[in-house]
Amino acid sequence: MKVLVPVKRVIDYNVKARVKSDQSGVDLANVKMSMNPFCEIAVEEAVRLREKGVATEVVAVSIGVTQAQETLRTALAMGADRAILLQSDQDLEPLAVAKALQALVAEEQPQLVLMGKQAIDGDNNATGQMLSALLGWPQATFASKIEIEGSKAKVTREVDGGLQTLELDLPAIVTADLRLNEPRYASLPNIMKAKKKPLDVKEVGSLGVDLAPRLKVLKVTEPPKRAGGIKVETAADLVSKLKNEAGVL
Amino acid sequence: MAVLVIADHDNASLKDNTHKTVTAAQALSSDVDVLVAGKNAGGVAEAAAKIAGVRKVLLAESDQLGEGVAEAVEALVVPLMAGYDAVLTPATSQGKNFSPRIAAKLDVAQISEITEVVDGSTFVRPIYAGNALETVQSADAKKVITVRATAFKAAGEGGSAAVEKIDAGAGAAKTRFVDQQLVKSARPELSGAKIVVSGGRALGSAEEFQRVIEPLADKLGAAVGASRAAVDAGYAPNDYQVGQTGKVVAPELYVAIGISGAIQHLAGMKDSKVIVAINKDADAPIFQVADYGLVADYKNAVPELMDALTAAGK
Repeated sequence: MKVLVPVKRVIDYNVKARVKSDQSGVDLANVKMSMNPFCEIAVEEAVRLREKGVATEVVAVSIGVTQAQETLRTALAMGADRAILLQSDQDLEPLAVAKALQALVAEEQPQLVLMGKQAIDGDNNATGQMLSALLGWPQATFASKIEIEGSKAKVTREVDGGLQTLELDLPAIVTADLRLNEPRYASLPNIMKAKKKPLDVKEVGSLGVDLAPRLKVLKVTEPPKRAGGIKVETAADLVSKLKNEAGVL
Repeated sequence: MAVLVIADHDNASLKDNTHKTVTAAQALSSDVDVLVAGKNAGGVAEAAAKIAGVRKVLLAESDQLGEGVAEAVEALVVPLMAGYDAVLTPATSQGKNFSPRIAAKLDVAQISEITEVVDGSTFVRPIYAGNALETVQSADAKKVITVRATAFKAAGEGGSAAVEKIDAGAGAAKTRFVDQQLVKSARPELSGAKIVVSGGRALGSAEEFQRVIEPLADKLGAAVGASRAAVDAGYAPNDYQVGQTGKVVAPELYVAIGISGAIQHLAGMKDSKVIVAINKDADAPIFQVADYGLVADYKNAVPELMDALTAAGK
């Protein structure tokens, strides 16, 4: 079984995003960039499936700028077998990414597309579901457990109020939630090995799909700052303030 | 132009997220219909019909809709969109699951988790875990929108819309519901609670979390939340998690106990009306957003708080 894992290069999880003073976006110049954490979880799960002998090949794909090759090398160092960069200098919306992935799926014919539930830059949480709808493949989002049994996948999902389990006919799309696994750190020998693994680069435009943006960003602004409050000395003081000053008790 | 709101419910009761999404929808159009997709959900449809300003309630029922299978919801909604210019869904785990499918099938963008309607095609939405707000204008003829319900006031009661039963649609052939395990609780639901008491990593164990946080929550009639650190450490179940990767809450009162205030947690609670923080580290970032901070070890502070609440008649 071949597993395709789309990964995205985003601002590092530990870096606080700063809005540019001209309100044109978030300042990404000289900011540490990394693989989106949910994508990392998806790569880890795919590699584990191969280690268990369930998957035979793990192909990582990224859509983005030249530097996204670094993100793909990380995926290769974690254990992916080969990688594809669909190069684009344009920041693509989830619908465009889903269409590009749909075209790539037609070429690669994977049995499973395993991807992060959302990227921590745009916070859209949409690409996996869109890809599933475009392909007509079944979907299981927010996965916390994946079991492959023959031509079926049994996926436990995190839903409001608990867990839900679905059974999907393969091929299928699964999106990873936080508790699916804890991604490994790539070891130095594996990082060296990853440099020799195949990484194909092609222009995303060569897929011949509609990548036009549907949304125009008018401005990006800082959220209103919350003014810091006061310190109280005792619990009794706190209760009295909540009751008489804030009026919330 | 008419707009459709997809109701948030559990087949038994209508959730307040629906009322809040109706408010967002009313900023787009005065013709707002509500779709209840479920199973044995007649009571939910009756409740939706009472939301003030709702024109009509559509009720579609099947096993798969009752189980919330995303493919089935999409198959139901996409043909209905011939009669609507926009569809709005509360950004719950269920809404996020199916809404992008509808957008893809209509070949339009999804505008995710809006917090403000500027005009009929312009919306504000948080990005980067709420560290930035993006104002976007949609060029699509039909709008597919998910709504961060906490950013909108709930529409009132007093409506008397008609309930119309409609066909449930094709359903999904390649996805089967197996089972679900929902946590039963007598406490209010986290995302809609008026008061939330959350515990962090400082609690140190699941036993301590239950011993300290839960009685305080019950005394206040509050929902229980937790930081991601506490959830990852196994002190609290997954669905307690408040933050960028968990639930976004905006209660009247948010009480953070032993929570340092990582960016990812603040993203989930900083829109609360009043924030209280109890932490023994005076430099913890949580104090920068707290209206009332108490620098103290929770081990002493929470029992004192319980006593003070009792003294105040709680």
